[in-house]
Parts: sequence; C-alpha cells; structure tokens
Amino acid sequence: MSRPGRDEDPDRLYIVTGGRSRADTDAFDLVTLVVAESEPALGMQSEHVKILRMAERPTAVVEIAAELRLPVSVVRILLGDLLALGRITARHPRTGAARAGGSSLPATDILEQVLVGLRNL
Amino acid sequence: MDSATSDRRPAERTPLSRSADNGLKIVIVGGFGVGKTTLVRSVSDIRPLNTEEVMTQAGEGIDDPSAVRGKTSTTVAFDFGRIGLDERTVLYLFGAPGQERFWFLWDRLFAGTLGAVVLVDTRRLADSWYAIDRLEHHGTPFIVARNDFGGPAHTGEQVRDALDLPAHIPLINCDARSRESSKAVLITLVEHLHALSSAQESAAAQETHP
Repeated sequence: MSRPGRDEDPDRLYIVTGGRSRADTDAFDLVTLVVAESEPALGMQSEHVKILRMAERPTAVVEIAAELRLPVSVVRILLGDLLALGRITARHPRTGAARAGGSSLPATDILEQVLVGLRNL
Repeated sequence: MDSATSDRRPAERTPLSRSADNGLKIVIVGGFGVGKTTLVRSVSDIRPLNTEEVMTQAGEGIDDPSAVRGKTSTTVAFDFGRIGLDERTVLYLFGAPGQERFWFLWDRLFAGTLGAVVLVDTRRLADSWYAIDRLEHHGTPFIVARNDFGGPAHTGEQVRDALDLPAHIPLINCDARSRESSKAVLITLVEHLHALSSAQESAAAQETHP
C-alpha cells in the first residue's frame, strides 16, 4: 500500500484543478456516493474521464480520491466541475441527525439499521 | 505490523450495489501502531485503501497557487475500509491518526460521523489523551477499545482512571486482528450511540408534549 500524493509533483495538482485550491461547493462529503450520468466525452480532462468510469456504479468520494491518488480536496473540485455539467449526481449521507443546537446525534432508526447490518456480518 | 501480502482480497476495485445510496462513517482514532488499520482490515469488505487530505492555511485566496504548491499546506494521510450493511447502506471505517495536526482537518473530513472508537494500547495510554480531549471538544460521541497486545494486565478501573474516562463511556477489550472482536467493537459503539440518541429523542418528545 503506498501513500498517494506524498511525493506528488505539486504542478500536477495545480494543472488538474486549473489552479484552484478550494471547491466552490461543500456538496461532497467523504462518503457522498457519486453516480455517473453520462459517458465520458471526447476531449475531456483525463481525471474527469476516470471519475465517470469509476462512477458507473455508486462510488464514494474517498474511494475516488484513493483510486486517482489525489488529495480529497482536489477530487472535490473535479467533482464540482462534473456536477455543474450535469455529468454526475451525488447521493449524500443521511444520518437523520437533527443538527439543532450543535447536537448531531444520528437518528435511532438509522442506528438500528446499522446494528442489523453489523450483526449480520 | 500489517502485512499487505496476507490480505487475500482482490486488489481491483469492488463496486457497490447500484442501489447504494447512503454512505455512513465511523472513525477509529489512535496513535501510531495501535492497530487502527488492523481493525479496519478485520471487518472491511475491501482491502483497506489509503488517501490523504491537504489543508491550506486559512485566509488564502481561492486562486492562490501557493496553497497547492506545498509551503503552506499540511497533509494528513488516512486509511479506510468499507462494509456493505444492506442494499442501500454502506458503512465506511476510517483509521485516523491522533496527532495534533490531524485535528485541524477533523471537521472537513469527519463532520457527520456516526461516532468514534478510540483505540488504545495500555502500554502507551498517554498517547490517547489528546484524542479523547479533542473528541469531547468536538462533541463527537465515542467509546474506548483497548487492543490486547499481551502486556501487563490492567483493570478496567485503572485504565479508566488513567484516561480520566467518565463512567458512562463504554470501555471494552478487543483483539483488532479478530473479525468477531472488531465487529463487537463497532456494535458496542453503535449501541452506545443508540442509547444516547434514544435519550435525546425522548427528551425532545417530552418538551413537545409535556
């Protein structure tokens, strides 16, 4: 297992993102599942093509980052581009957390579902 | 300590079901060599993967290339694995280092986590003080799991004292190499979360219908 990006040429990251260092949107959690809505098009940036191929089945943002060997923040920028173009959709995590008053405990029904899954392992 | 060659799972990607639509996460926090990756590997459907996040200094312009060029950035690497819970729900397990610089990225990476497991080695309990402190600060519910390295036996009370761990936070023993034991750690965490969440939901119901 090698650590991606450790000796990464910073210029590569710069070029991949067109010089941007931050995503315009916080739309992508680490575990947001990305789904491709179209085939890669001719002349598309190679990272975009790779993402669309991977996301033929739902694929988490963090798995895309690991596969492309790019930092998560860079992948978020690339995903933002694809989302804006309508080439992907995003299935966001649902924990049922109320998020009120700083409290963000997951809802009991979600936790029960997780328990059933874990006990069946 | 983790030998990648002993992992017989295929190296190629294993896609999720087409119906998968909810990714959840649990974070395993602990010091170097405490067995985070071992625990993740024990229960994961996939061979654990590794990725990283780069944090740039606050206040930099969006188009500032130096933000990506390294001087002002901090890189944190982390491992993760995955458990398909049912046709729609996938649980991601993240092994996160407990070191100080990592916590700058907590909110960006692990906001919305169901909860956390602090994995401790009783020979180096002080390594986990900082992590416990930060989890309390972030309001992230957690349990403590003591990975058995065969060192001198400590009672639960001794460990609790050394960690200054309140009585309501579960403390369990585990063997991160064992699938059943690692599964039990996750179940203990989720049961703890369920108890907390049930208490909160019934308190909220009380307020609405006194």
